[in-house]
Order: sequence, then C-alpha cells, then structure tokens
Amino acid sequence: MTAALQTIALGKHFGALHVTRQVNLSLAAGARHALIGPNGAGKTTLINLITGALSPDEGQVLLGGRDVTALPQARRVKQGLARTYQINQLFSDLSVLENVAISIAERVGAAGNFWRRASANSHVIDEAVELLARLKLDAYALTPVRELPYGRQRLVEIAITLGQKPTVLLLDEPAAGVPSAESHIILDAIAALPEQIAVLIIEHDMDIVFRFAKFITVLASGGIIAQGTPEQIAGDAHVRAVYLGQGGDV
Amino acid sequence: MTELLDNGGGSAAARRFMAGREAWHWAEALPWVVAVAAFFVFPDYLALGTQILIAIIFALSLDLILGYAGIITLGHAAYFGAGAYGTGMLSAHLGWGEPISAMLFGGFVGGVLGFVSGWVLLRYHGLTLLMLTLATAIMLKEGANAAEEWTGGFDGLVGISIWPLLGSFEYDLWGKTYYCFALVVLLLCFLAARRIVHSAFGRSLVGIKGNVGRMHGVGTPVHGRLVAVYTLSAAMAGLAGGLFAESNAYVTLDVLSFARSGTVLIMLVLGGTGRLYGAFVGAAVYMILEDELAKLSPEFWEFGIGLLLVIVVLFFRRGLLGSLDDLRARSMGGGA
Ligand SMILES: Nc1ncnc2c1ncn2[C@@H]1O[C@H](COP(=O)(O)OP(=O)(O)OP(=O)(O)O)[C@@H](O)[C@H]1O
Ligand SMILES: [Mg+2]
Repeated sequence: MTAALQTIALGKHFGALHVTRQVNLSLAAGARHALIGPNGAGKTTLINLITGALSPDEGQVLLGGRDVTALPQARRVKQGLARTYQINQLFSDLSVLENVAISIAERVGAAGNFWRRASANSHVIDEAVELLARLKLDAYALTPVRELPYGRQRLVEIAITLGQKPTVLLLDEPAAGVPSAESHIILDAIAALPEQIAVLIIEHDMDIVFRFAKFITVLASGGIIAQGTPEQIAGDAHVRAVYLGQGGDV
Repeated sequence: MTELLDNGGGSAAARRFMAGREAWHWAEALPWVVAVAAFFVFPDYLALGTQILIAIIFALSLDLILGYAGIITLGHAAYFGAGAYGTGMLSAHLGWGEPISAMLFGGFVGGVLGFVSGWVLLRYHGLTLLMLTLATAIMLKEGANAAEEWTGGFDGLVGISIWPLLGSFEYDLWGKTYYCFALVVLLLCFLAARRIVHSAFGRSLVGIKGNVGRMHGVGTPVHGRLVAVYTLSAAMAGLAGGLFAESNAYVTLDVLSFARSGTVLIMLVLGGTGRLYGAFVGAAVYMILEDELAKLSPEFWEFGIGLLLVIVVLFFRRGLLGSLDDLRARSMGGGA
C-alpha cells in the first residue's frame, strides 16, 4: 500500500545549522505516529518542511504516493495535509464559531465568493456547529477566542485543522502549555480522532506519547536516531541516554 | 451562548449569530441623511459636496484593501488616475460622453490596471510593497506625462464633453445633477463594499490580515485572494476617477500624483480603517477642513491638516470613528 505521507531523505540547513538530516518517515493511513526529541531537535522544522511552510534543501515529500515537494502549502492542504501549531495561531478577536467557519468555508470553496453573505452559507455554519459539538466546544461557540481558557484555545487550534477534513494530520505539541487539570480534554480529543486519518504527533509528555502512539520516531540534532514500537523505544539505551533519561519519567 | 447548549438549537443560534454580524444598525442611516439634507441646506456648496462624495468613494476603495486585507499602499492614485484618464480620453478622443457608461469605463480601466499590477505587487509585503506601490504610481504618472498626444501631458487633458445624464439632466451651474449622480454611485459602491466584507471572501481577507500563516495552513490561495480584492478596489477607485473627470470636465497629471495617494490614506486613517464608514467621516472632515482653512489662510491650511493628523494618530489611534467606539464601550462598561 502507498503511504499516506512519506518523506525521502529530507534535509534542511539554516545557515550553518544542519537542522534536518536525511529524514525518512512513512505513515500509513490510520497511523498513530509520535515524533519525539529534545528541544531544538528540529521537530517543528520537519513539520514546516512537510507542510510546505519551508522548502527543503534536499529530499522529497510524498502525499498518497504523489510528490508534492514543489507544491505551495495551500495546495498540499487541498490534498488532505493539515497541521496544528505549537504556538496558537488563532483569530483571537473572532468567535470560536467563526474561527472554524473560516477553515470550513475555505475547504468547501465558499471563501472565493465575494458576493454571497457569509451568514447564507448555512452548510458551513451547520458543519462548524457539528464539529464544535464533537470537540465539546459548542458551549463556547459564540465566545471570542481570546476569552477562552488556554486548554480550550488549544482545542480550537485542533478544531480549525479538523475543518479541513484532513487525511494526514500533524499535531505540534497539542498539549503544550495546557495545565494538567485541563490536559484530559486534549487527550480525549486526540483519542476521538477519526480512525482512518494518519496522525503524526509531536509531544514532550511521555504519558500522552505512550498512551497514543503505535509507533515512535526519535529525532536528535535533526536526524533520526531511533524508530520503533513504544516498547522498543522505551528499551533503547541510546534513546534513554539522549532523551528519555532527561525527564526521568519513563 | 447558553442557547447553543439547548439540544438542536445549536445551528439556529449560530446562524442567528452570523446574521447578526452583518445586521444593519440605525446609525448607518446617518451619513445618508446628512448627504441628502446637505443637498437642500447648502445649495451653494454642492460642487464641494460632489468632490467630497468622490473622495469618499476613493477612500472606501482604499479601505477594502488596507482596512480589511491589510495591504498598505502609497500608490492608490494610480487607479483613480487611470479611471480619470480612461473616462476623459473616451470623451476627448472618441467623442463618447455618455456619463454612466463613461464612468463605468473608468472603473474598468482601473480594475484592469489593478489586476495586472496587483498580480506582481502582491507577491511582496511590508516596506517592499509600500515602495513598489509608490513606484507604480510614479511610473504611471511619468508615462502619462510622456504620452502627451493622448493625455495632454503637463497641460492636462482638454476637450472632455459629457452628455446630459440619462439624456435629460444637464450639467447645471450649481452642480445639482452631479451631486445626485455621485451620491447614487457612492451608495451603490458602499452596498457592494458592505456585501464584500460580509462575505466568506471578506472574512478570509480579515484572516489574511490577522494571521497570514494560518490562512496558508487552511488552504487559502492567499495571493489570488489578495489580487481579487485589489482588483475590486482598483475598479472602485477607477469609478471615483471617472466621476472626477466628468464633474470637472478636465484631467491633469495631478490625478496620479503622490499627493493624491497620500491624501486618501490620510482621509482613511483620520476616519478609521476597516469599518467602511471611516471613509465617509475621514473624507468629509478632511475636505471641509481644507476648504475652511484655505479661506482662513491660503498659505497655511496644510499646517492645520498636518496638526489634525498628528493629534489623531497620537491620541485617537483608531481614527475618529474608532475612538467614538472606544468611548461608547467605556461609558457602557462604566455604567454597568
Ligand atoms: N527560521 C529559522 N531560522 C533559523 N534557525 C531556526 C529557524 N527555526 C528554527 N531554527 C532553529 O532550528 C532548531 C530546531 O528548531 P525547531 O523549532 O524545529 O525545534 P523543535 O524540535 O521543534 O524544538 P521544541 O521542542 O523546542 O519545539 C533550533 O535550534 C532553532 O533555533
Ligand atoms: Mg517545536
């Protein structure tokens, strides 16, 4: 079967810094894949290369077997590739509903029409309401995003992305900054993701990683140092030395 | 908010909320009441009134790109001027002086120029974009200067002869006809602009202005979207230019000048960006003040305008209308 997402020998330099080295990743449909590594390992940069926010110096990105390395970000999104951001990228003056509606309107092609009232796009509004209900955000639908507690804002970040109905979903530290009392809402949302989506999650919280992932890739200094099942990674001495040992929580 | 918790009420409440975003407010009747009242109260000032209405249309076109899409420009006169020359040359060289179609032709010329230049310009942003918009208007002006045969060059385009409006309303001494004509055109432009900003397209522009990275991330063809609104804006500026050419029956290089690009920006900032009515307030205040100050002191009126601008940008950051909003919010917050 062709992989939903594949990177082939991806490489990137920031000046003298070799931030991505020969990264080969492959996610099948329905994959639950965690990407872990110490701060500055190049995890976010890798996501930026995959989505097209940055262009690689070498290597390729394949979506469903098709080479998309030359495609701009928006075109990759149209092919089912969506991401969340490590730092919230929300329209904080707008309501939760409108944040999600912007995304859905874009997917269904309503956003190109400058003559039709936004309020007349009832299918967009209905879908947004449904999505918010699914993420248990419906009580906040009409609230401006900036008034939400941080955990819920992280959920809006996910909701906007799900508005794209992605086939490949990249989650960049979805629980980052969320107080532990609230982190279960993020976990629940991740656990409830549609099964067929291929998910790549970056996360520092090992509880989340080991609960969620079926496969783990460990990145250090831009290169992959280990790949395997959670058990294999937990037992890998090298990984422990580079990374897991630091937190001491595994 | 609690309504959404009610079973099945979610979609209905959400739709009502979205409809509320674009609902008319009673205060929106004010500028039109003022414009109509001015027609009867100040019959001697209708020529100035017409120029104010034209300036509002021009400022409104700028608000579409600056206030909503965040495109900052110092060359918007390029499209106003293109429209003015388009309309003027249609009459002066081809003898076509039917005012409505000639004005629409001005809008068409502005729109085409907006599309072509926008395609290139909008690949850039920030200071680079600012300088490129400026350069575009300068080059267009120099081009118009060089194409003397067509534009009249430095001496201006003469021989514009506009036929009676709708075949019967002559251009009269007090400019009643043109005032009404300009007011109707402004109303139509305003309704169009209001419709545009309240469409899903308009919302996506606000998204681009607020966070362009996220819009790339939800699959927005950002460049195409910006070119589209730039073209609409340029067409509206072209209409204003066409109207300007018709009401003055004379076009000079001044329509393409840097001063005109700067003035329309000042008007909009004065009134407040991203709120449509900022164009009304800004253009009216600027032009009335200019007229009054020029009477007081022909040499120093610009000083007065400059002083006002300083006061507005220092103390009324969001323009006159924005500050009014803030004031209202504060008094309501204090009263509660
Ligand atoms: N645009 C950029 N220009 C130059 N250097 C950059 C840029 N973006 C990131 N870097 C550097 O590249 C390295 C990897 O950054 P990246 O954000 O990908 O790390 P990360 O693995 O996501 O870290 P974290 O766990 O802290 O989020 C860091 O040293 C960072 O300073
Ligand atoms: Mg990161």
